[in-house]
Amino acid sequence: MTVKAPDLIPMSLGTNVKHRIDAWAKVTGQALYADDIRWPNMAYGVLVASPYPHARIVKIDLEPARTRPGVLAAIAGPGSVAPYGIMPSTQDEQAMATEKVIYLGEPVAAIAATTLDAAREAAHHILCEYEMLKPVLRPGVEQARPLIDPVHPERPQKDLFKEVDLEFGDTAEGFVHAFKTAEDTFFYQGSAHVAMEPHSALGYWTPEGRVELVTATQTPHYVQRELAVALGIDTYRIRVRTSVVGGGFGGKSELFPHEIATVLLSRACGRPVKITLSREEVFYAHRGRHPVSMKVKTAWDNNGKIQAMDFQSVLDGGAYASYGLATTYYTGALQTVSYAIPRYHFHAERWYTNKPPCGPKRGHGTTQPRALLEVHFDRVARELGIDPIELRRRNLTPPYSVTVNQLEVGSSGLQTCLDKVESLSNWHARHVRHEPDRGLGFACSTYLSGAGLPIYWNSLPHSGVRMAVNRDGSVQVFCGLTDIGQGAETMLVVLVAKALGINADRIRVHTADTATTPVDLGSYSSRVSMMAGNAVLEAAQRMHQILKDSVCAHKGVEPSQVTQDGEVFHVQGDEAVPFTQAVLWAEEDIGPLTTFGSYTPPKVLGHYKGAGVGPSPAYSFTACVADVKVDRGDGRIRVHHLWVAHDLGTPLHRPSVEGQIRGGVVMGLGEVLMERQVFNPDGRHRGPHLLGYLIPSIQDIPPITVAVVGEPDPKGPMGAKEVGQGPLNPVIPAVINAISDAVGIDLNETPVTPDNVLRALDQQSRRQRL
Amino acid sequence: MSQNLVELSVNGSIQVMWAWESDTLLHVLREVLGLTGTKNGCEAGHCGACTVWIDGIPRLACLTPVGSVVNSEITTVEGLGSWWQERHPSSHYHPIQRAFVESGAVQCGFCTPGMLMAAAALLRDVKFLTDQDILERLAGHLCRCTGYEQIVQAIRQAALTEVTEQ
Repeated sequence: MTVKAPDLIPMSLGTNVKHRIDAWAKVTGQALYADDIRWPNMAYGVLVASPYPHARIVKIDLEPARTRPGVLAAIAGPGSVAPYGIMPSTQDEQAMATEKVIYLGEPVAAIAATTLDAAREAAHHILCEYEMLKPVLRPGVEQARPLIDPVHPERPQKDLFKEVDLEFGDTAEGFVHAFKTAEDTFFYQGSAHVAMEPHSALGYWTPEGRVELVTATQTPHYVQRELAVALGIDTYRIRVRTSVVGGGFGGKSELFPHEIATVLLSRACGRPVKITLSREEVFYAHRGRHPVSMKVKTAWDNNGKIQAMDFQSVLDGGAYASYGLATTYYTGALQTVSYAIPRYHFHAERWYTNKPPCGPKRGHGTTQPRALLEVHFDRVARELGIDPIELRRRNLTPPYSVTVNQLEVGSSGLQTCLDKVESLSNWHARHVRHEPDRGLGFACSTYLSGAGLPIYWNSLPHSGVRMAVNRDGSVQVFCGLTDIGQGAETMLVVLVAKALGINADRIRVHTADTATTPVDLGSYSSRVSMMAGNAVLEAAQRMHQILKDSVCAHKGVEPSQVTQDGEVFHVQGDEAVPFTQAVLWAEEDIGPLTTFGSYTPPKVLGHYKGAGVGPSPAYSFTACVADVKVDRGDGRIRVHHLWVAHDLGTPLHRPSVEGQIRGGVVMGLGEVLMERQVFNPDGRHRGPHLLGYLIPSIQDIPPITVAVVGEPDPKGPMGAKEVGQGPLNPVIPAVINAISDAVGIDLNETPVTPDNVLRALDQQSRRQRL
Repeated sequence: MSQNLVELSVNGSIQVMWAWESDTLLHVLREVLGLTGTKNGCEAGHCGACTVWIDGIPRLACLTPVGSVVNSEITTVEGLGSWWQERHPSSHYHPIQRAFVESGAVQCGFCTPGMLMAAAALLRDVKFLTDQDILERLAGHLCRCTGYEQIVQAIRQAALTEVTEQ
């Protein structure tokens, strides 16, 4: 009998990485997400949440739950020994509420049992008594109604979380001498990340008093640091590892109550404890896009060049600080990176409200002002009689320049992005098309390739890599970065294969483990390719040097006589040396082969308060044209086509780049057409599930043409810049501008729902009758 | 009410366990049988991540009481490759798995198992696929990462593979 073995998947040889390195594990069900992991003797935990948005806690009685079958431990607030929070200057959270609950869904207790069912059942037996307070649901409502209880009465500034006022140049003068001034207001609705994987964490307080946490997070090193504050124990006692993460988008980038609760429950019951949030709980944990009310005023000269801008934003922050301090500044930071604004005034306020805390979502704080800015520019173009793309072209921030707010702009392909979508969409033919109620809209945008300053200000590297080449000829890369689905691990392999000139197949990456990987700050602010990428290149270059030195020593030749081609070192006048032989010689010479690499962004230029938000080693640029049709009968918007050009320097891995652009664009499409994290007047979420909160399905997607443009950036690893967040931003205003082009209505809020469209059409026809 | 002895046929092998008949198939697959490839995205039938085959038909495991499937053949993402191999002994893996890898249709991968089960059923049921077929049969599967385009491409590619292999 012959056994016919099935074909195995051919391994990709060569330095070219065709497919994502984690794809096979994910299509065979082998990839372990946090909720897939089970530890021996593991217990299941659940959180008990407040049913009210704003209430005093009168009593929490755990006793009735403790006697339920299977219950191992029950705990109530505060849980953390000290307030914690992601931003060092605004730490205001506890694991569980003690005196007051300030959003619906805020945890007040936690329970662990032998099974999930037992834990859920017992949770109903925890007795919670509340004294309800009127919820604060709009920013600054306490100013109008002083009798209402503030969310945070203990703060001297009450619910005003942060006020920012910055001026660069004499804005008033710019307005005095203007040929034309214009003003617009806009409300950008809040939205949620809706990663397909709900948050999940496994915690274990070991008998030796150490803490093991495996969690779905974007920032394991920050979680470790915050957890040390929350638990009041030394950081080195805590090990945080990231499981395979099922999407982040900003929603898993700080410490969450359930992560602390797993550890506390574990300490209480002596077993490992897993807590996985339900979809509803994820909507309450939130940290999503801030709802922002904005106002912009601009001054222009007669050539359509901007002279001054005044930008104001009011952010609805929800119950806690989260990343809100950074978000507040980000609503004003990047306007100048797209457009050369000579005088700029920016004012922002962020307020606490009785809603789930807002935080960073893809485009962090820049998405909302971008929507208004681009809608506003279109309206100015119309009034000045200049083509909208041409108006932008006259005002672009030049590459390699410094903005009025002291941001150093490096390479910029924005001009090329504009040209590209202009020609792809056949922009100039749009007015000779005769289809009624159909229009084209344009917008462009800018994003960071990583924040120039870390959250915890220090001069340490933002990313570190340790690289080992083993005797077996494998290359092991250790880096604290987190692959949240964007392909960060594949990016490392791409760079190492190219830098060492070896088969990608030799490379293994080990990431996101505070015990074994050097610190990388995490997967946020589009920083990973730039920072971990540069760090891994440095480590690879050092490794290359070691190998080459050993080849020279063993062959008795000068470095100039050795060249590398693929996995072979060619020696002038001698036999070639394979990579694997070089590895053995090098280990013989110096012992186990290890190198390090790290990356620290360039120094920030500005010295004003707030100058830390906005600087980046490199900026990405995007332009988008949307082709839409408006149905005057039912108010529905049909997007026929989107053209998107993105400048990301060098694309490192084409399929991942295309995937990030498409994913970002579609998320933007969701935000402009359907997504809203909104609340009833009593403070309840309008629909904390995927039928109440709609995201784009496969049937909602128009054809999207993606163009990757730009030149290699001098600061990026092999010239690369960011791609994860930028492409979302221009989609929202491009669609709104296209609607305006199609039917002549000016919409001033998101999402653009059919009823908003009908209302605007109705107002338009009434105005026309007058 | 008490637990019953439940016999299930999963990925071609018989599994016997004590379970409540009202337990969801998702719970039994993940928590009892350890088949965690099937994902829990919402527990409410909204996202499609928990899709498995029940007698070859893609169904939501989170809405299926285990008592209703005792006489059925259940296939999960872990069994998709061997289901294919039984019919096409030359490969361990279903062409749709390979196509997802090659088309860049996988990002975070959490929706992927459900997508694969829906797509594999579609490929089996419809000989000459149109894009409309794909959009209809995958409408109940939410993906937040990819923007769907590369998933559609993967299904088109797998359709070609299947045709050429037969």
